[in-house]
Amino acid sequence: MSPEMLFNLLWKSLAQTLQMVAIAGVIGSLIGLPIGVFLATSGKGELFPAPATNRIIGLVVNAARSTPFIILVVAIIPFTRFVTGTSIGTYAAIVPLTLATIPFFARLVEASIREIDKGLIEAARAMGATPFQIVWKVLLPEARPSLILALTMTLVSLIGYSAMVGAVGGGGLGDLGIRYGYQRFMPEVMLAVVVVLIVLVQAVQSAGDLAARRFDRRSRKN
Amino acid sequence: MTLAEAAASSAPSLQAQAAPMVAFEAVTKRFGRAADEAQFTALDGVGLSVSRGAITGIIGRSGAGKSTLIRLVNGLEKATSGNVLVDGVEVGGLSETGLRDLRRQVGMIFQHFNLLSSRTAFDNVALPLEIAGLSREAIRQKVAPLLDLVGLGDKADRYPAELSGGQKQRVGIARALATSPKLLLSDEATSALDPETTHSILELLKRINAELGLTVLLITHEMEVVKTIATDVAVIDRGRIVEAGRTFDVFTLPKHETTRALLSSSLGVKLPEWVRSGLQPQPLPGGRVMVRLIFFGATAFQPLTARLVSEIGTGVNIMAGTIDEIAGEPFGSLVVSYSSDTAVIQRAEQFYTETGLTREVLGYVA
Repeated sequence: MSPEMLFNLLWKSLAQTLQMVAIAGVIGSLIGLPIGVFLATSGKGELFPAPATNRIIGLVVNAARSTPFIILVVAIIPFTRFVTGTSIGTYAAIVPLTLATIPFFARLVEASIREIDKGLIEAARAMGATPFQIVWKVLLPEARPSLILALTMTLVSLIGYSAMVGAVGGGGLGDLGIRYGYQRFMPEVMLAVVVVLIVLVQAVQSAGDLAARRFDRRSRKN
Repeated sequence: MTLAEAAASSAPSLQAQAAPMVAFEAVTKRFGRAADEAQFTALDGVGLSVSRGAITGIIGRSGAGKSTLIRLVNGLEKATSGNVLVDGVEVGGLSETGLRDLRRQVGMIFQHFNLLSSRTAFDNVALPLEIAGLSREAIRQKVAPLLDLVGLGDKADRYPAELSGGQKQRVGIARALATSPKLLLSDEATSALDPETTHSILELLKRINAELGLTVLLITHEMEVVKTIATDVAVIDRGRIVEAGRTFDVFTLPKHETTRALLSSSLGVKLPEWVRSGLQPQPLPGGRVMVRLIFFGATAFQPLTARLVSEIGTGVNIMAGTIDEIAGEPFGSLVVSYSSDTAVIQRAEQFYTETGLTREVLGYVA
């Protein structure tokens, strides 16, 4: 394969990966965030006490998280077809990616929020804050550095998951590596795919770390 | 002269005539379900009133129920039975909305400050105002003078991590004052601070009480705190108020064992163990009587000890003593022993009556 061809293939696959990860990441975390906040605040005696609902959502989240991603992709094909009109291609792949992101991010959000000192919630209640004000003005801002790291971790996992959606013709870097690098035995393609993936994950992680540090005021620094 | 009379005749009573700012009426608080074996009674039939404009201290050991008591005032906890009235309003009967309105009129400061790490000093003080829905401009006009009041005008842009413990508590105080409350609740506000910083925070609270006429209700396990700033005090032990009154009265003549125990470390009137263990309730022939003399008000300034010695004639032995200040008034306590001979005791009693010296017979020794 000529370097030019390889470059074009890589470029197209990278674009597909970025597209899938970006869309699934944005939609998945937008839905996962409130679910995570709910999980962290709806226990007995908490801000939005609803222990029964909390337990049910917790179970659904656990069920979704324990399903291997490749199984999820295949299992929800009817749903994917319902949402996107097709079960094949990059857009179709975004549906299972998004569904996998929601519970993953929700659990991370829950952990971030639970880490916050209960004294801050008490102080806000003592000021006359409503439960929603406590979420907006106390919990989310205080958890911001750790939420950014959670989002980073989610995106990195998504990059990994996106390699599996080649199974439904989703394309992307993983798919390229399997089809050319493995099935057609072209080690130079495999190597290029791995290098691009490593660089991509590094870039996402570094950007996340940097952003989290910027918002972290918990320690003294000059 | 009894202590109550002495109190009435000295400084005008700080107990305002008006209705109390906070009143607890037979308040009981239990945690856990009634059927539960693990049910815990935190407060047991508490009755107490907090005078308007006063600084009232509630003191007790950890686990005595102080934290629960103060949280009933702003509805962070709900009483199992009984009423808590704040400025005449029954807290238990308020809706969530009513409760939020009440909380905006009641400031609270905490042992661990509970400042938001993601907000600057300025924005922390602004938080209760944002919650109350004030405009940015109105918030700016309120916050700056508050930071000046607590002496942090130049630290507005600092994050809590960049401030010392004392400075953090000052931010906490400014935040508690932001909504111009009529009552300030202090939950062990100085317990995490060193003695010097504690002192400066207490001075600040005193000043705020005097300048803004704000009623202060504080809970603490530190005798020093109550002694330094509280005009009124209530002692709580195992969920019950065991003693309450003006700080000076309660501390000069403590009646309950818990009060004495809490005081002993602070006022230095603890008897040596070998004396205490030998105390008998009845006079022993040829023995001695152990008496605690209390000097305050007018008697604090007279050379009464010297006169006691010349009056009684026989050897007066000084066992323990301290001179201190309680709620701004001088106070001395002296434990002496002398012959329990009837004639000697009579002369001494007559001397106490004439001079108005308060005495408490601790017991008799051989």
